[in-house]
Amino acid sequence: MLQVENLTVYYQTLKGQVRALENASFTLANGEIMGLAGETGCGKTTLGHSLIRLAPPMVHIGGRVLLNGQELPLADMQKMDAYRFTDISIIPQYAMNALNPIRKIGQMTEELLRARKADVKAVTAELKDRLEMVKLPQEVLNMYPIELSGGMKQRMVMVLSTLLNPELLIADEITSALDVASQRAVAEMLVEFRNQHCCNSVIFITHDISILYQIADSILIMYAGQLAEKASTETIIRSPRHPYTRLLISALPEIGVRYSDKRLTGIPGKTPLLLNPPQGCRFRERCPLAFEKCAEVPPFIEIEPGHFAACWKETGSHA
Amino acid sequence: MLKLDHVSKIYKTGTFGGKELHAVNDVSFEIPDGEVVSLIGESGSGKSTIGKMILRLIGITRGTIELDGVNVGALKGSELKEYYRKVQGVFQDPFSSYNPIFKADRIFQVIHDEFYPHVDAHAWADRVEDALKDGGLNPEHVLHKYPHQLSGGQLQRFLIARALLLDIKFLVADEIISMLDASTRIDVLNLLADLKKRGLSILFITHDLSLANYISEQAVILYRGCTAERGITEKIFNQPLHPYTQMLIASVPRLDRKWDSEISVETKAAPLGAVNGCVYAARCPLAFERCKQRPPEVQVEPGHYVACWKVTEK
Repeated sequence: MLQVENLTVYYQTLKGQVRALENASFTLANGEIMGLAGETGCGKTTLGHSLIRLAPPMVHIGGRVLLNGQELPLADMQKMDAYRFTDISIIPQYAMNALNPIRKIGQMTEELLRARKADVKAVTAELKDRLEMVKLPQEVLNMYPIELSGGMKQRMVMVLSTLLNPELLIADEITSALDVASQRAVAEMLVEFRNQHCCNSVIFITHDISILYQIADSILIMYAGQLAEKASTETIIRSPRHPYTRLLISALPEIGVRYSDKRLTGIPGKTPLLLNPPQGCRFRERCPLAFEKCAEVPPFIEIEPGHFAACWKETGSHA
Repeated sequence: MLKLDHVSKIYKTGTFGGKELHAVNDVSFEIPDGEVVSLIGESGSGKSTIGKMILRLIGITRGTIELDGVNVGALKGSELKEYYRKVQGVFQDPFSSYNPIFKADRIFQVIHDEFYPHVDAHAWADRVEDALKDGGLNPEHVLHKYPHQLSGGQLQRFLIARALLLDIKFLVADEIISMLDASTRIDVLNLLADLKKRGLSILFITHDLSLANYISEQAVILYRGCTAERGITEKIFNQPLHPYTQMLIASVPRLDRKWDSEISVETKAAPLGAVNGCVYAARCPLAFERCKQRPPEVQVEPGHYVACWKVTEK
């Protein structure tokens, strides 16, 4: 189980601090696949990365993260090493470029395991089963990355990242560079990995909400560095409460929807720059429901069991 | 009307150019005036190559492309310039379509100098404003700015407005919204729909089937340079006939239902190099002996073409 409490992470730049993640608090249950969605620059990747590698120019401003009750030394690059790959692992964006091009894949895997002082023999047997799970032939271990297609490399990195059965797996935009068929295959494999206990909880970062509807147990929506809403997948898609989530979901074109029958609309305005973000709720300027109260930052609180939202319109009656 | 008649693009590859790569293989379809046709395919299917051939950015190896009966491939010099008055393209990455050193509206000045040097500056400024308004932009907010000061959606609309200044008949829109955020992409899509009402024809190149379904009357499904299926969008999405189309439609993530576990997704890598028979056979669950020959494109019902032995031999 993962508990994130008031996590705040900024980027240090020459112009000042970019406030990319502000006061994030949420929990992730055992075995939960949580989708983390939002537009470009909403801080979803920042949140994912700060859980595993909070490196400069990222600065840890405040808050803490507990994994199974134990606090993670987020700000300490060295101490975090003990957790990386073993307890917390990541499938990076552009995973197809994450393999060492001058090593055979099997050799690279072995080196990786040695560096982590893992039992190479025991894991190698497991590795063969895992390759079967993602439908890769055993021969890939004797191949160089260049011999594999993009989708195959992506699956190979999935196997590598989860080899030591991490408690928390962060999947960063792993489907966005693939075509629809591979997208579905990779997403379904990830669920299978969770079901087979190759990893415990998963944070699935993506901008594609319709993929999350297929595989995620819960969805967390972010906007401009703040958490907007978290609830079960069904609730977020069918009955969202935060105005941003509502507008975002109504802007998605779906199969069966044609502009001649039903014209969808986008959200007017654009996301604020986070170097000098507006005070209060950052969605205020684009929000059709905004009122005076929105000049204060709305708290991210539970409005219904398991349903969290940060909006004065929703929390006003509960607070 | 823009008509592609048995168009192929072959690249010479290998050290001495001894091998051939069929990027586009014998593709035919028509785009009637005032219609949007979606060209759908995964990466490497040749969809952008077709767009580039229409724009004359690369040559055509075999076959002909005709605009209102005029062979596009044979245009030269001033004829070609006249062609670009009518046909323009907008591409995927709006940020690399601009020179970051100059203000974004320089693209309008270039159009003025090249195509309308006789129009005086005042009249031209009015035209630019009108085009921007047609593109859904407020001229006061977007003129005299550098590309980095504008959002991706604004830059894409700028490029569409630039095309509108030329009074174009045909627009090649190559993945123009795949780099935009969900909250803004739908506005650009709606803009295309509005332009269509003014008689503009659009070739909408995409890998996203739900976008294609939203905007287009007709769809062409490409696989490795060959047409798998083409016809009326609704027909193709509701009753796909080609196994590849069926697999694609079953893989699209939807918000109204979960993935159907009945239809399996085959992720086998397609063989490299030239294929003599059906290009999809290596991945196709229904492949049989006959598929060693290339299936012809057959009309199964009015306006609905499929290239698959299983469908057409019945």
